Amino acid sequence: MCGIVGLYLKNENLQRKLGALFAPMLIEMTERGPDSAGFAIYRNPVTENQTKFTLASDDRQFDWKALDADLEKALKCDVQVDVLDDHAVVVTDADAHAVQSWLAAHRPDVRVVGSGRKIEIFKQTGLPKDVAEHFKLTSAHGTHAIGHTRMATESAVTTQGSHPFATGLDLCLVHNGSLSNHNRLRRGLERDGILFQTENDTEVAAGFLTWKLRHGASLHDALKAGLEELDGFYTFCVGTADGFAVVRDPIACKHAVMAETGDWVAMATEYRAIAHLPGADTARIWEPEPHKIYTWGNVH
Amino acid sequence: MAELDLKEIGVRGVNSTLHELPEGTNEREWLILNPMGQHAIACGLDAPLKVTINGHVGFYCGGMNQQAEIVIKGHAGVGVGENMMSGAVRVTGNASESAGATAHGGLLVIEGDASSRCGISMKGIDIVVGGSVGHMSAFMAQSGHLVVCGDTGEALGDSIYEAILFVRGKVKSLGADCIEKDMRPEHVAKLTELLEAAGIDADPAEFRRYGSARKLYNFDIDNVDAY
Repeated sequence: MCGIVGLYLKNENLQRKLGALFAPMLIEMTERGPDSAGFAIYRNPVTENQTKFTLASDDRQFDWKALDADLEKALKCDVQVDVLDDHAVVVTDADAHAVQSWLAAHRPDVRVVGSGRKIEIFKQTGLPKDVAEHFKLTSAHGTHAIGHTRMATESAVTTQGSHPFATGLDLCLVHNGSLSNHNRLRRGLERDGILFQTENDTEVAAGFLTWKLRHGASLHDALKAGLEELDGFYTFCVGTADGFAVVRDPIACKHAVMAETGDWVAMATEYRAIAHLPGADTARIWEPEPHKIYTWGNVH
Repeated sequence: MAELDLKEIGVRGVNSTLHELPEGTNEREWLILNPMGQHAIACGLDAPLKVTINGHVGFYCGGMNQQAEIVIKGHAGVGVGENMMSGAVRVTGNASESAGATAHGGLLVIEGDASSRCGISMKGIDIVVGGSVGHMSAFMAQSGHLVVCGDTGEALGDSIYEAILFVRGKVKSLGADCIEKDMRPEHVAKLTELLEAAGIDADPAEFRRYGSARKLYNFDIDNVDAY
């Protein structure tokens, strides 16, 4: 089952209200996915020489201060850590690969949930309203957000298996459906240097897009290639630092609805997740067509 | 007209109010406010009520309807009027997937477009769509009529039984065992009646009729690729 939601703000004045508009969308999809929830928020871009990581630890007593100090010492870099529940947003001017190698060697239990210049990803098992509260979603500001409520079918109910999935800088993806050729694709992508953290099918879709983008494709072209290569049932909502996209498989049996006003673009598995947005009753509302790529922002 | 505010009393409050009306009630006209895209609004009615819903509805609105006339002033989600037995459901906007699925009777009018699988497995309902329908519409349709004033998506009437399809615009492709058939006078008469009942102004002479070639009714090894 699962529910997915996305909100892309066109009106800059709404950016400080992003979380207040987006949290009810996520929570409205609880019945479609009560076992876990997650969301990505695009906000607070870091400078050119910095990278922002979202890290998570299952250990509630995890010493983030020690990580901060050890990382600064080891890589002779500046590190800022902002802890939110069992996640931490880490901004550093160190080389991104060096940070990941250091984490793998010295903090192997810490997961890299997302990385980039703008993206922050938070996900947990539990009811969407609790997850939203733990990560202070309602008060979040930002430019766009993508979220997922999960009813697991392909892999276990774990935080790692929750969406969104991010495999490259600032790219993340949420998925309603199931892929059937993910194992074969994963093997090919791994040979080409894409790292996967789970056995989950959706992570392969995110990895596929990352791989295409790394080879110079635009988000639009990467999605076009995805339509050819990814076999299964899917409605995807995809975010990049400054882009937002929705695509459905050619059969399109996984529900999706979109709405757009002069102020925002929203997508959801069901319209009720959009109904509370200001102006939803008079918005242009449509069902995304099968095998068609819908994009906003910088995607070409 | 009595009003029910769904935001105040919820879907269950709205539906139980309509279900508990005594037989022969004089309170027959109802207005439902703030549907907010919720599911299963005005489902399972079985009385000659006139129910108007002011706004967009979620899944299965008017499902299993008997006798009631339901008007949705807005768009409808998946499965509007599914399994309807009698009465009427009208959508002034567009409808999502599987509109009128498996319905046995009554009239479903969608003034805008309907998405994929409109009339899937229909069993006697009449569906009139003012706009176009998506792919796999009238899939395994068993009886009743589907009228499409616009175009259809791919695989119209795949594995169709005895439902009759009228299309004014372009048919992107026909599904397995669905063929074009002659418009005989009785078909023009039936189509005229359906368009009138739906209140849609369209010239019956501009429509073509589609139905079953009846080649897949019984298993035939020569047709194995078509199943």
